[in-house]
Amino acid sequence: MAKVEQKTVPLNGDTAVAFAVKQCDVDVVAAYPITPQTIIVEKFSEYVANGEVETEFVCVESEHSAMTCCLTAAATGARTFTATASAGLALMHEMLAVTSGCRAPVVMSVVNRALSAPINIHCDHSDSMAQRDLGWIQIYAENSQEAYDSIIQAFRIAENPEILLPIIVGLDGFVLSHTLENVKVLPTEAVREFVGIRGVPLVMNHRGEMVPFKLDPENPLTIGPLDLYDYYFEHKRQQEEAMRRALEVIKQVHDAYAEQSGRSYGNGLVEPYRLDDAEIATVCIGSTAGTVKTVVDELRDNGIKAGLLRMRAFRPLPVQDIIRCLSGKKAVAVMDRACSFGGNGGPLFHEIRHALYDVPNKPPLANYIYGLGGRDTSPYMIDGIYRDLQKIAETRQIKEGVQFIGLRE
Amino acid sequence: MTEWKFTAKEFAQTPELFASGHRACAGCGPAVALRLIMKAARGPIIATNSTGCMEVVSTIYPYTSWNIPWIHTAFETAAANASGIETALKVLKKKGRIKNEHVDVVAFSGDGGTFDIGIQALSGAVERGHDFLYVLYDNEAYMNTGIQRSGGTPMGAWTTTSPAGKVIPGKLERKKPISDIMVAHEIPYVATANIAHWKDLVLKARKGMEVNGPAFLHVFAPCPRGWRSETAKSVEISRLAVETCVFPNWEAEDGEYKLSPQSKVIALKPERKKPVEGYLKTQGRFRHLFKPENKHVREAIQKEVDRRWQKLLKSCGIA
Ligand SMILES: Cc1ncc(C[n+]2csc(CCOP(=O)(O)OP(=O)(O)O)c2C)c(N)n1
Ligand code: SF4
Ligand SMILES: [Mg+2]
Repeated sequence: MAKVEQKTVPLNGDTAVAFAVKQCDVDVVAAYPITPQTIIVEKFSEYVANGEVETEFVCVESEHSAMTCCLTAAATGARTFTATASAGLALMHEMLAVTSGCRAPVVMSVVNRALSAPINIHCDHSDSMAQRDLGWIQIYAENSQEAYDSIIQAFRIAENPEILLPIIVGLDGFVLSHTLENVKVLPTEAVREFVGIRGVPLVMNHRGEMVPFKLDPENPLTIGPLDLYDYYFEHKRQQEEAMRRALEVIKQVHDAYAEQSGRSYGNGLVEPYRLDDAEIATVCIGSTAGTVKTVVDELRDNGIKAGLLRMRAFRPLPVQDIIRCLSGKKAVAVMDRACSFGGNGGPLFHEIRHALYDVPNKPPLANYIYGLGGRDTSPYMIDGIYRDLQKIAETRQIKEGVQFIGLRE
Repeated sequence: MTEWKFTAKEFAQTPELFASGHRACAGCGPAVALRLIMKAARGPIIATNSTGCMEVVSTIYPYTSWNIPWIHTAFETAAANASGIETALKVLKKKGRIKNEHVDVVAFSGDGGTFDIGIQALSGAVERGHDFLYVLYDNEAYMNTGIQRSGGTPMGAWTTTSPAGKVIPGKLERKKPISDIMVAHEIPYVATANIAHWKDLVLKARKGMEVNGPAFLHVFAPCPRGWRSETAKSVEISRLAVETCVFPNWEAEDGEYKLSPQSKVIALKPERKKPVEGYLKTQGRFRHLFKPENKHVREAIQKEVDRRWQKLLKSCGIA
C-alpha cells in the first residue's frame, strides 16, 4: 500500500524521466540531444524556460562536454543529471571512467539505442553494455513507470556517502521512450523529501585534515591528480568496494521507495516472475520482460512451469540473487539484446553463466541474441525459446549454445 | 583596465597559491606563468587543468602544489571543466547552499589542450558565455608526452612528430592564430602575454578574472626541455619573442585590438624590430634551419612573422 497519494499522468519514457528530474531538485543538467533521448532534453528545456525548475541547464556542444560538465559540477557539490543514447554515450566513454574515478555521483538516463554502423536509431543494449567496466551502476527499467521511479531512487543511491558512484538508468529506446503510458507520480514534496538535499562526506586532504569532498574555497582539495603505481591500485579497489556496498544500498533505497509509493520491483536488484516453482526460465533486461511475462502466463495456463528472471541491476551484478533464483532449474535461456562479437554469447549470458559456475546444481544455459537495431521480438519467438527449453530440460542437452532469433539466416 | 595597483614588493607578498616543490624542469616557462597568474587572484578561486605538464608536475598523489581547490579530468576538457564548476557555483549560490559571494574560475591548458583536442569544448564554453578565465600556457608542443607537434608549434620547428629529416625540414605548417580565433568568438576579453613581462602578464590575468563572461589569456611560455634551449634563458627568449614580433603582446577588449606597451614601442619605432634569426638561434629546435639548404625556411619564417605583425598593426588601427 502506498503511503502517499499519487496522480496518474500520461507520460512516455522520456517525459517520465524529465518529470522525475524536475521533481528531484537537480542543480545542474548538462545534456546534448540524440534520438531517442531528445524528448528529455526538450522537455527539460521547457521547464527551465518556463521557470518551473531551479536548475541550471547547460546546453553543451557535445556529449563529451555534457559528461565533463556534470562531473565538475558534481565535484563542486551540485546534484547533476544528464541523458544520452548510442553515439552520445560512446562519445562520453572516456569521461565515464573519469567520472566514476572522481567518485562523482552523476545520474544519467541512457535511452538504449543501437550503436553505428550501420546507423540505426532503434533499441538494443549495445550502447550501455559497451560501458560495463567503467565503474557506473547500471539499472534497467521495464516500463516508463519504472523509469520514473528509478530516476528518483538513483539520486539517493548515487549520493549515498558510502557509495558516491555514478548511475545509468537504462530505458529502451522508442519501446519506452516514445510510448505513452499511464504513470503514477508522487507529489513533488514527497520526492524532495525522499531525495533530500545533496550532502558531501568528509575526506582527508593533502594536509591530513578532514574536509568536505568538493571544490570549496574554504577547504582546498586537489581532485583528479596524477596517481601512479603507488596509490592508483588502492583507489580502484575503493571503487570496487563501493560497488559491493551498492548491492545493499540499491535494495534499501528500493524498499524505502516502495514504502512511499507502493511499487516494488523484486528486491530492487532482480525481479523474479513466477520463478519460485518454475522448471524452465528465461533471463532478460528491459522492456522485453513485459512481453516475456505474457508468454509465461500463457504457458502457465497450459500447465508448463515457466518463469522469468528480470535483471534490474546489471552493475553491480547481484550474483547471490542469480544463484538463489536460478539454481536447480531444469533449463535456462539468457536473452541478450547486444552482441559481444567474437565472445561466446552476449554480455548478459557471460555474466549469468559466470555467476552460476560454482553452483553444483546449476541449470543448462542457452543464449539467445535478439532484437538488434530494434528488430521486433514477438511473443511467438519468446514462446519458441520456452519450447527449446522444454527440450533441453528433457534431454539435458543443448544443441546450440548461442542462437540468433528473429532474423533471416 | 583593472584598478589593481601594486609595487613589486607588495606583489611578492601575495599568497603563493601555486606552491613551490612541484616537479617542473629547471627553467620551465609554464610553471612561472602559473605561479604569477595565481598570485593575481583577487579572492576565492577554483582552478582546473587539462592533462599536460602542469597537471602532472603539480599533483603527484598524495602531494599537491595547489593551495586552492583544483580539479583535473582529462586532456580536452579544461573549458568544459570550468563550465561545470561555474554553473554549479551559480546555482548553489542562488539556492543559498554556498557562502562565498563570488568565486573566480580559472582553467589552465597547454597548446595541445587548446589549439587541438580541446578547441571544441573551448569554443562551446565561450559561446555559452560562462564566466571564467581560460589560460593557454603555450610551450608550442605536447611536452608531457615527449615534444610532439601541435597546432601551436611554429613553422620550421623540430618536434618528435615533425622531425627535421632529409627531405622535410621540421614543421611545414604555420602556427594557428588561436587568439584571433578567440577574438572572433566576440568574447569580452582576449590577451596575449609573456613571462618576460611579468607585470603586464599579471595585470592581464587579473583583468581576465574581473571581466564578466569568458576571458582568454594566451601566455608564451618557453620549455627548455622541448625547445632544446638553455634553462637559464627562458626569460631572455621570451623577451626576444616580443622584440622580434614572433609573439607580440596585445589585448582585445570587446573585440578592440590594442598593442601592449612592449609591442607598441616596436610599432612606433619599427627600427627596434629585431630579425627572427636571433630568436631562432637561441633554440635547438631550430638548429637545422641554419644549414645552408634550409635558408629558404628561415626566410619563410621571417616573411610569415612580418605578415602577421602587419595584420596585427592593422587590427590595432596603426598601419
Ligand atoms: C584523449 C587523450 N589523448 C592523448 C593523451 C596523451 N597526452 C597527455 S598530455 C598530452 C599533450 C599535452 O600537451 P599540451 O596541452 O601542449 O601540454 P604540455 O604537456 O605541453 O604542457 C597528450 C598528447 C591524453 N591524455 N588523452
Ligand atoms: S617539459 Fe617543458 S613544460 Fe614540461 S615541465 Fe619541463 S620545462 Fe616545463
Ligand atoms: Mg604544450
